[in-house]
Amino acid sequence: MAYLTVTNINKSFNNTKVLTNISFSVDKGQTLVIIGSSGSGKTTLLRCLNFLEKVDSGIVQIEEKTIIGDNYPLIDKDIRESRLHFGLVFQSFHLFPHCNILKNITLAPQLLLDKTKLTNEEKKQKLETITNDALQLLETVGLSDKINAYPYQLSGGQQQRVAIARALALNPEILCFDEPTSALDPELTNEVIKVINNLKSQNRTMIVVTHEMNFASKIADKVIFMAEGKIYETGTPNDIFKNPRSQNLISFLKNN
Amino acid sequence: MLLTSFSDITYQLLEGFLVTFKIFFYSLIFSLPLGLIVTFGSMSKFKPLKVLIRGFIWIIRGTPLMLQVIVVFYGPGLWFNYPIKSRLIAVIIAFVINYACYFSEIYRSGIESISEGQKEAGQVLGMRKSQIFFQIIFPQVLKRIIPPISNEVMTLVKDTSLARVIALSEVIMIAQETVRMEGILWPLFYTGVFYLIFNGLLTIIFAKLEKKLDYYRG
Repeated sequence: MAYLTVTNINKSFNNTKVLTNISFSVDKGQTLVIIGSSGSGKTTLLRCLNFLEKVDSGIVQIEEKTIIGDNYPLIDKDIRESRLHFGLVFQSFHLFPHCNILKNITLAPQLLLDKTKLTNEEKKQKLETITNDALQLLETVGLSDKINAYPYQLSGGQQQRVAIARALALNPEILCFDEPTSALDPELTNEVIKVINNLKSQNRTMIVVTHEMNFASKIADKVIFMAEGKIYETGTPNDIFKNPRSQNLISFLKNN
Repeated sequence: MLLTSFSDITYQLLEGFLVTFKIFFYSLIFSLPLGLIVTFGSMSKFKPLKVLIRGFIWIIRGTPLMLQVIVVFYGPGLWFNYPIKSRLIAVIIAFVINYACYFSEIYRSGIESISEGQKEAGQVLGMRKSQIFFQIIFPQVLKRIIPPISNEVMTLVKDTSLARVIALSEVIMIAQETVRMEGILWPLFYTGVFYLIFNGLLTIIFAKLEKKLDYYRG
C-alpha cells in the first residue's frame, strides 16, 4: 500500500484548466520528482497539496487517512490541521527576515502550542523542547554557528537549509520542495543533493518539483513528467530518462 | 512701559502649549490604533465594507481638517441637540478621525509591500491568520512605515494650531492675543521655537526607533 495516494485532482483558474486528473502515489521513504517545463502545473500541484490553492476535485490520502476528499476541509481550523501533513520549502525560501535563524524555526511550533491547557511548568518544558529540537535540526543542516544570525546575513544555500529545517520542525509526513535549485548558484546544486540524500537516509518521504534533469536524476526514486496540466508519464528514473515514450517528454528531454 | 514681562508671557505661552500638547498627544495615541482598524476595513474582502471605508477615507482626506473640526464641534449641537461641552474633546475627536484615515493609508501601503510569500510561509506552517499578521507581517510593516509615520506626526504637531478655529486657546492663539494687546511681535517667534524644539525631539525619537529596527533587512 502506497504511503501517499493522490487520485484525480482537478484544478482550474478562471475557466483555464491547470490540472487535469492528476493521480499518482508515493511509497514511504521515496523521493518523487515531478518534472516539466514552466506552466506545466507542477508548482500548482504542490500548492494544492499544501492547501495554498484549493483543488476543484480529487482525493489525497496518506495511508488510510483522507486529507483531501469530498468533504474538503472548509473551515480555517481544519485546513490548518490538514496542511501540517505536508511541509513546503519555497523556491525563494521566504524566511522571516525580522527573526533570527533560531526564531525562524521555533516561531511556528511555539505559536502552534496549545497553551491553554498547560500549567506554567509544562509550558516552560515544552518551549524548551521546541528550542532543543530546533538546535538539533540546525546541527543536522550544519548551521549551528548561525543561530543568532539574520536571514540577510546568510548565503542562498544556507537560507535554503534554514527553510528546510523550518519545515522539518513541524515533522511533516511529506516534505515538498518547489524548484530547490533554481534560486541558487549552479555550483550549489550538489549541496542540495547532499541535503536531500541525507533526508532520504532518515526515511523521509519527499516530493520535489524541478525542471533540472541532472538534479532530478540524482535524487529521484520515482519520476512524473507533466505537461499542460496532465501527467504524461510516470516511472523509475531509468524509464523516464532512458526510455521516454511520449513525444512531449522526448522533446522536453532534448531541450533540457 | 510694557505691562507684561517676559516671564508673564512665557507663562501664558506655556499654558497654551500645554493645550497644544494635549491635542497632539491624545490625537496620536488614539489615531495610531484606530488607523489599523480602518486599514482592516479598507482591505476587507467583504466588498461593501471596503467600499464604505474607502469612501469615508476619501471624504476625510479630501476635505480640510479645519472644516472637520468645525463640523465635529457644532454638528452634534445643531443636528442632535447634544452640544459638545469641551472644545478640547471636539478638536481631539476631529483630529483622531482625520489622522486615523491618513495612518490607515500608510499602514495599507506597508502591508501591501510585504510579499505574499511571507503570508504563505506562515500558512504552510499552520499559523492562524491573526498570528501571521501580528507575528510576521506587522513587525515588517512597522520597519517600513516609520519614515512616513514620522512625517505625518510632525504635520500633526503643526496642525494643532487649527484648534483656534473653534476658539480653543492653543499656543499660537495666545501669542497672537499678546501681539494684539501689547503691540509686540516676538511672542509669535517664541511659539515658533516651541514647535521647532518639539519637532526636534520627535525627529530624535523617530531616528532612534528607526535605528532600533535596523538589526535586520528585508
